Amino acid sequence: MAQVFHRSANNIARISILVSIFLAGLAFYVYTQVARSSYLTGRHIEKQQPVQFSHKHHVGDDGIDCRYCHTAVETSYSAGIPPTQTCMNCHSQIWNDSPYLEPVRASFRENKPIEWERVHDLPEYAYFNHSIHVAKGVGCSTCHGQIDNMPAVYQENTLQMEWCLSCHREPEKYIRPKSEIYNMEWNDADLTMDERNQLKADYKIRSSQMLTSCSTCHR
Amino acid sequence: MQETKNIERRLFPPMVEGEHTLASVSDKIGDVTLNKKTPFHWFIGFGIAFLIAQMLLFTIVYLVVTGIGIWGNNVPVGWAFDIINFVWWIGIGHAGTLISAILLLLNQKWRTSINRFAEAMTLFAVACAGLFPLLHTGRPWLAYWLFPYPNTMGMWPQFRSPLMWDVFAVSTYATVSLLFWYVGLIPDLATLRDRAKNKYFRLVYGLLSMGWRGSARHWHRYEIAYLLLAGLSTPLVLSVHSIVSLDFSVAQLPGWHATIFPPYFVAGAIFAGFAMVLILCIPLRNWYKMQDFITHRHLVLMGKVMLATGLIVCYGYAMEAFFGWYSANQYEVFMIKNRIWNGPYWWSYWLLILCNGLSIQLLWFKRFRESEFWLFLISIVVSVGMWLERFVIIVTSLHRDFLPSSWAMYSPTVFDWSMFIGTIGFFFTLIYLFVRFLPIISIFEVRTLLPEAQVEHAHEPFSHTEKVNEIQGTEDRA
Repeated sequence: MAQVFHRSANNIARISILVSIFLAGLAFYVYTQVARSSYLTGRHIEKQQPVQFSHKHHVGDDGIDCRYCHTAVETSYSAGIPPTQTCMNCHSQIWNDSPYLEPVRASFRENKPIEWERVHDLPEYAYFNHSIHVAKGVGCSTCHGQIDNMPAVYQENTLQMEWCLSCHREPEKYIRPKSEIYNMEWNDADLTMDERNQLKADYKIRSSQMLTSCSTCHR
Repeated sequence: MQETKNIERRLFPPMVEGEHTLASVSDKIGDVTLNKKTPFHWFIGFGIAFLIAQMLLFTIVYLVVTGIGIWGNNVPVGWAFDIINFVWWIGIGHAGTLISAILLLLNQKWRTSINRFAEAMTLFAVACAGLFPLLHTGRPWLAYWLFPYPNTMGMWPQFRSPLMWDVFAVSTYATVSLLFWYVGLIPDLATLRDRAKNKYFRLVYGLLSMGWRGSARHWHRYEIAYLLLAGLSTPLVLSVHSIVSLDFSVAQLPGWHATIFPPYFVAGAIFAGFAMVLILCIPLRNWYKMQDFITHRHLVLMGKVMLATGLIVCYGYAMEAFFGWYSANQYEVFMIKNRIWNGPYWWSYWLLILCNGLSIQLLWFKRFRESEFWLFLISIVVSVGMWLERFVIIVTSLHRDFLPSSWAMYSPTVFDWSMFIGTIGFFFTLIYLFVRFLPIISIFEVRTLLPEAQVEHAHEPFSHTEKVNEIQGTEDRA
């Protein structure tokens, strides 16, 4: 009776074992990379806004403090999106006939808020509070990056849970003095580890067990 | 001379009855798959099982679309049919592993003609079992979260949880069982490849037999691989159900928190598994005329294993009650009273004792042990009993919480039932497909049991009895 398979089938079978192990490894690697890619996280992708508002210009060039617009950042879970009136404080006087600002003036005239596109969107099952982070010495740029260099704001970090936990596990690596919270140029290397450990004690930051307890963020 | 032969036959009944040669064994078993027309009863049985499996499919779709609220379990009975059925199915699988691994290492030759379908039974039972915890997660597409891998949550699974141990125990068990079954099938698949006349059958069996030519080197490697896998499976017989029992006994709940649980669960698993092996093999041997290979002796031996493990399980029941009383802990005492006579589920406890404790006492008697009918009936009763055992452990322990304000009754919904019965349909669908497409009995291993296969020594043995001893060796002490 003739053989069902040619002799070469043996080699094909052997090679296919190696290839399938390789493919399985590759697939796993690709999965771990895709899961963290900006395609899924939105990281580093600039969002187009209804008004061409530049943080680079307002923060970097003009030196306006973050809190001038994001007034609630020290007291509330949300940093707050400024009302059109805040824009008009200045823009009723300067650039008041610029065509770029027409949507702002229209919003002011019609008393209808500008519909900004949300850049940092945390899932609903994660509880996040800006005020506590500011109170414990987490600076704006630690999470949001150097906003003063961003013409259009993008997400600097992945906002994935592993990213949150990297700080909740070792907050002393990321905190800074209260006076430097709104400093966009701050570098974590400006303080020694001992100084930051001292800060952690001064701020009464709780243990990492407490900070990484499920119900700290999932309430 | 004739008289010695009769005594020998009575002491060591042959493993294969009838006049068989190496070729006739291959014909008899291989023909079921290759040459015989598929019997009409196969279509009937497969059709019914397949229809019931569709009910499972419907339930799963409805469950995924709606959520696990369609089940009856709710606080305080947060675990019910999902875990009862999981433990029941996993337990059933254990006989397959015991037969294939432990009995192999102990040189019990009678395993040879039942190991193949017992292992298939293990695999299919594990498949059914796995469905329940998978679907109880509510989001089965995220079930891979249970495995430790570098996920974007920056978290490992909770390694201190027995449920986590379950994931490893059951996935290891499924993998090793599959490998063991498949490796054991390879020489038979090659036999089927060589005997098949249909081109496609030859191609598929040829692919599956992975180039087996039966050379001395092949056999040498095969024997080593099979022995290694048997060594790997052996601890699994004990570990898997021990870990399943820890799902309960690690919790500090009266009725669950008992040290007897691991051995008692393992014995229960083997007990239930042998019952299922009997339920499958009694019809199989009759429908496919395999009485020569699955002899009366096999049935009797399985009956004895059932009796022995059943008695261990009964000891477990006694100890549970004893622990409750001896602890002098008011919650434990309350639980035992509530379970046995004071609570609303007292009937389930006594049904359990009737099914698992009393019914198996019949197996002390030769008359029942040797009757196919009684063995089949007792096996079904035991299967029901083992299901009730898990029901009693889970529901009666949970329904009376520490706080009387949260006491409640549990009753399964129609979807609990359709899912449970659906998995039985799914199981039998797989069994029917297995019976149709693969050799239900290991052809090459049965051939080794024939006198033809015994190696003749160069020197002439001194006496007849010595020759008998040499041929039979240790294999017949079963």
